This record gives sequence, structure tokens and C-alpha cells, in this order.
Amino acid sequence: MAYVAIADRDVHPHDPQTFFTRYIWSQDHKVIAIQYSLTAILVGLVALVLSGMMRLQLGFPNSFSFIDPSNYLQFVTMHGMIMVIYLLTALFLGGFGNYLIPLMVGARDMVFPYLNMLSYWVYLLAVIVLMVGFFVPGGPTGAGWTLYPPQAILPGTAGAGGGIILMLVSLGIFIVAFTMGGLNYVTTVLQARCRGMTFMRMPLSVWGIFMATVLGLLAFPALLVSAIMMTLDSTLGTSFFMPALVSMGEPLDYKGGSPVLFQHLFWFFGHPEVYIVALPAFGIVSDLLSVHARKNIFGYRMMVWAILAIGGLSFVVWAHHMYVSGMDPYFGFFFATTTLIIAVPTAIKVYNWVLTLWHGDIHLRTPMLFAIGFIFTFIHGGLTGLFLGNVTVDLPLSDTYFVVAHFHMVMGVSPILVVFGAIYHWYPKITGRMLNETLGKVHFWLTFLGVYAVYLPMHYLGILGVPRRYFAMGDTNFIPESAQSLNASITVSALIVGVVQVVFIFNLVWSLFKGPKAGPNPWGATTLEWQTPDTPPSHGNWGPHLPVVYRWAYDYSVPGAKQDFIPQNQPGDPALTAGRDHGIKG
Amino acid sequence: MTHTALTSTADSVALPGGFQGVTADLSSDKQVFPVPWGKAMMWIFLLSDTFIFSCFLISYMNVRISTTVPWPNSSEVFSLPIGGTDVPLILIAIMTFVLITSSGTMALAVNFGYRRDRAKTAALMLITAAFGAMFVGMQAFEWTKLIMEEGVRPWENPMGAPQFGSSFFMITGFHGAHVSAGVIYLCVVAARVLNGFYDRKGSYETVEITGLYWHFVDLVWVFIFAFFYLW
Repeated sequence: MAYVAIADRDVHPHDPQTFFTRYIWSQDHKVIAIQYSLTAILVGLVALVLSGMMRLQLGFPNSFSFIDPSNYLQFVTMHGMIMVIYLLTALFLGGFGNYLIPLMVGARDMVFPYLNMLSYWVYLLAVIVLMVGFFVPGGPTGAGWTLYPPQAILPGTAGAGGGIILMLVSLGIFIVAFTMGGLNYVTTVLQARCRGMTFMRMPLSVWGIFMATVLGLLAFPALLVSAIMMTLDSTLGTSFFMPALVSMGEPLDYKGGSPVLFQHLFWFFGHPEVYIVALPAFGIVSDLLSVHARKNIFGYRMMVWAILAIGGLSFVVWAHHMYVSGMDPYFGFFFATTTLIIAVPTAIKVYNWVLTLWHGDIHLRTPMLFAIGFIFTFIHGGLTGLFLGNVTVDLPLSDTYFVVAHFHMVMGVSPILVVFGAIYHWYPKITGRMLNETLGKVHFWLTFLGVYAVYLPMHYLGILGVPRRYFAMGDTNFIPESAQSLNASITVSALIVGVVQVVFIFNLVWSLFKGPKAGPNPWGATTLEWQTPDTPPSHGNWGPHLPVVYRWAYDYSVPGAKQDFIPQNQPGDPALTAGRDHGIKG
Repeated sequence: MTHTALTSTADSVALPGGFQGVTADLSSDKQVFPVPWGKAMMWIFLLSDTFIFSCFLISYMNVRISTTVPWPNSSEVFSLPIGGTDVPLILIAIMTFVLITSSGTMALAVNFGYRRDRAKTAALMLITAAFGAMFVGMQAFEWTKLIMEEGVRPWENPMGAPQFGSSFFMITGFHGAHVSAGVIYLCVVAARVLNGFYDRKGSYETVEITGLYWHFVDLVWVFIFAFFYLW
């Protein structure tokens, strides 16, 4: 019954005619995905340069005349905001979500292609508004990416006039863009899966992106509301977040607002945001590990439930970012407990990744290297999360480089390694050509070892008590001289890691023209996107007929099968896969 | 489930009983919600929008509780002099009545839409839009009275906590923007009903989707009314 509604509603949807409608004003989810990805990577490179500037100041204080304390804080702020929202969120959901969801669930496109197209253009507008911040008087905001009031909008903070408003407006526009895209992703997964694609046969990439999108739709409202309220505080002089204050000896007009309210609203968005970035990475890395280890993912059912559990729990852990904010200490007890509980499903996922590798036929190709690298960085970042999740341990570590090291390992480096792995993995499908393996391996090893050289010493600096966000340390007794040489070494490593990304960009461009031609399925993967009639997939994805799915996404190395993988859309002897299929048991 | 069953029809699948049957049904290879895509998407959007209004209302409650200055008495602020006496909350009662009534006319429009009665559907939608416009008009009147006569500003007011004015203008303004958008949305869909667009498309589901949005905006108003005017 239901198949009738799912099936070909539009055999030739909105066929593009000209170059303009095909590549620029396109409604094809694949083109939109590439537009999203390129924009996100471009703006991410800006943020990468900003982090290099910060490291120059920290490693070699006061050697660079173009970095003053205000600039430094502006770099910190813009680096954080761009990386979290405009790069990672946009790339995972707008980029990979757009490309993979329709292909992996066997749909011709997103359910509302026009809305999908608008989503990208509104996102581009948000990026432009954000970038305009660099060119207004006073520059972009220097409030830190968390934008805490009161300091975010008080004179004295860089960008308090124009920069903060542009930041808040840009976030508002981004949320509109995300909502248009996110509604599409969720509805496509719920309503437009092809025949045979039950939920328990979906690749984990789709599960991760789907759940992250649901989190986004429910978490971004809190950011939108706090952005609106802070805009009013800043422009109209309302006092939502602003208590009575004396600035430069003058009492201000604000009275009676609650700065902690902003922190609650911000982290009610901010913590799910961590998982908006992490869940797609979890999903994609599961698929990379399974494909390149030629083994089914270990504990598929538990992996799915872990994604759902993490998604649900992520809404009740937010105040673990606020142990030192002055909220009621009893809250600390509650939020420490939930934080430790969310570590359980996360640990299940880590064990399952490792057990997927166990006795696998591991092919150490570039995507697999990045996937395995992710397991390392994620375990390290996750373990330090346990330190910071406990109130008593968190208090001395709060606002030190330990925190910087923790969140860069867990939600900076780890998802970015997955992004790289995913690009190496799906580039052949997107462009029809393989990326260069040697360059890929150089890129991996220098990046992977480099990030350890950057972030491992930061844990030590944090335990020493070196505070974060400081332009310079000045004369302090508790920080030994050696901390400065460590900082210099971190800076050198960070600059090397930054420059190494040129290898990656070069590889992307060079392989587009000179890379060896990829077949339709170079990795021998089972999922539907590798079974398209054309590579790269043409408009409408599937030719005249939608695929039909007969098995789950992880039939690798099935005993007795002719190949070491069985595509999802291949009918066949069910006895071969008896007991392995997680579809409905009839 | 055997693969032969999959390739033939869905009806031949025997579902397990109880809760397992429910999850198996939900996760099977069909649309999770047996409704058109647009309607499913509108529901999901409304869920997201619910979070926006919840955040607004919870923030308002938070600032109201945490401010140290007394909160203005809403039945005095929102009163209207009629025949020499101040009638508390009279304007807001009328506004609420108008908006709830518009939900009724919207429901009728959906009904006539599914009966393919173009004229009545369009007429009822336009009546709904008119009620909506009337609501926004009365809201403009209320704002004008508060600003011009009672001296309420987003940053201060003579009656008490400055957060009163800021929350009021922000929340009713955001809701008013939703109503205004809904009026435009209703007019566009009504025009399409009139020119036969949905007859050619073969489905009047869009009328119902518009209705979902409209009912949502009304429902949100009930909460704003309760938490802002009655508290």
C-alpha cells in the first residue's frame, strides 16, 4: 500500500536546462551538497587562518605588531563560531546530509527540492553577513564564541557596536537556512525511503545525520531566542540579560536582567550542538570502518539505539558547561549524573568500532586511516570529558587549556578527521575520479601526528592552570618558564598542520582533472549510493526505476557469497544472510 | 521477513504482536506517517516552532521571577475605559475571541476543501484571514495605547519592572509576526483555491496544511494569553 506513495512521484523532477539552472540555481540535492560543502570549506579556511594568528601570538608573544589584545579576542571568537556552526554544522548536514540522504535511502531527491535550494542561498547570506563583520568599524565581535553577556555588548569588548549585531543577525539567518534544509532531511528519511529500506537497514551515516538534524531542529530555537533577546538588549536597551552595571565609573541604564539566563539558553542549544557535529561523524565513521575492514559493523542494533539515546540525553546535560556560572550547586549534581550517563551509549559506540576492526580484513587506504585516527582522537577527547563532567574535578580545570584541549580533541579534530575520511571515501562517487593515495597518506599522517603535537601539551598546560583566552600571561608565579617553550612548540606544530591542508586542497583540485577514473564502486561497498547507474549520479539518481532493497547495509565477507560484499539492492539467497538481516522478522 | 515476501507485497508480512509490532511497523519500508510529505514537514516545523515559543515563554518567566522590582499588575495595565469605568482585559478578551473564532472558520474551510467546494473554501479562508488581520489590528491598537498613553517602552515603564515592556513587545511582536505571515499565507492559498490550482493538482491538502499552521498560531496565543495576561 504505502509503496505507491513512496515510489516515483516525479520521474523527471524539474529537469535543468541551462548551465545556470544546472550548477548555480540548482534544485538537485547533489549540486546543493557541493555548494554547501565548498562554501563551508572556504569559510573554514578563514577560521583556520585565524587560529594560526592566535597561535602566533601565544607562541611568540608581542612579536607581531598586527595582533593586539582586541584582535586576538576577535580571532578567538570568529574561529570558534565559524568552525562550530558555519563549517562543521553546515558541512555535515548541508553537505554530507544533502549528498548522502537521498542516495543512501534510495530517493530521487529531497522531498522539497526548491526549499532545499533556498536553504543553501540563505546559508550563503548568513556567511556573507558574518564576513561583513570583518569590515565594519570596530571589527567583528570579540566576546568569545559563547557570546556571554554582559561583556558581549558592553563598550570595551571589541565589536560591541556593529560586530555583535552582525554576528547575531548572521546566526538568525543561519537558523532559518538550517530549518529549511533540516525539515527536508528529516522528512526525506521518514517518508521517502525506497522499497525494502526499513529503518533497521539504513546505513549508520543516515542514522547519524538524521538524528543530528532532529537535534538541530529542537536546539537551534534556543539560540534564535537568545540571539533575538541579546539583539534587543544591544539595540533597544532592554534588560533581559543585563543586570545593573557600572561601566567606566558610570552607571548604565540596564537593570534587573539575568546573565545566567543567557547561559542556560545558549547551552540548551550549545550542548546538543556538540552532538549535531558528533552524530553525523559517528554514523559516517561506522560506515567507513565497515567498508574498509570488509566486515559488518559490530552491534548494528546497539549502534542505532546508542545514536537515539545520545540524541535524547544530549538535551539534559547542558549545564555541565556552567558549573562555575553561579547556578544552584544542586544542579551540578544532576548535570554531572546525566553527563556520566551519556558516556555509556558513547562508550558502546567506541567498543563497537574497535570490535568491527577485530579480525577484519583491514585495507589501510586513506579513508580508513582517517577513520582509525578518529577512534584515537575521540577516545582521548572523550576521556577528558569525564574529568570535566565531574563538578569537583571541573572547578580547578575550568577555563584552562585543559578545556581547550578537550573540546578540540572531541569536537574539533575528531569530526574533522571524519570529514577528511568521508571526502576521500565519497570523492570517487561525487567526481568520478579517485583522489591520490600518496598525497592522502601524507595528509593523514602529518595531520594526525600534528594534532597530537598541538593538543597533548595543552592538557598539561591546563593542569598547570594556564588560563585560556588570555592574550598574554604577564608575570605569573605559578606558570613555569617552560610553559612558554611548550607554547612555542604548539604554535610551530599548529602552523605545520595548517599548511599541510594545502596538500589536501591540491589533491582535491588536481584529482578532479588528473585522478585515475573511478569505477561505480571502487571500494566494494554495499550501500545504495555506490549502485547508481551513472557515476557521478545523474539528475534523479536512479534512471527509470527506483532501487529495491533486500538486505541491510553491512553484508561484507558473507560466507559462501561470490564477492566479499553483497549490495543492498541485490536479491539473492536469503539463506546466505540468514540471521544477519535486521529487517522485520516475518 | 523472507526476501520473497519483500519483493511481492507489503501486505504479506506478518507483524509480531505488542510493542514489537509497533516498532516493526514504524520502522518498516513505508512512510512513517501516512500523510502527504508537505503535511509531515509542516508538523515537524511546528514542533521546532513550539521550541521557539517555549524558549520565549520560559525566558519571560525567568526574568519575571528573577527581577527584584515589582511586576506591573496586568489587569490594570490591560484595561480599557468603557463608559467611565476601567474594564480589565476587555480588549484582550475580544482579541482572543476573534482568534479562536478564526480557527473555527479555518476548520470549516478545510472541510469544504475536501468536498472540492472552491467558492466556500476560498470564502472561509478569506474570512479567517480577515479575522487574523483584525487581530493584528487590535494588537496594533493595544501597542499604541501602551506606548502613547501609559508610557510603556521596551526598556522602561512607569509601573514597575522594565522586563515587563521588553517581554511584552518581544513575545506579542513575535506572535503577531506569525499571525501576519499566516494572513499572507492564507490569502495566497485562497487565491490558488479560487483559480482552480488544487483542482488541477487533484488534492486540497495544502488547505489543511495552512490550517495546521493557523491552528498552531492560535494555540500559541492561548499560552501567551494565560502566561502573560492572566498571571
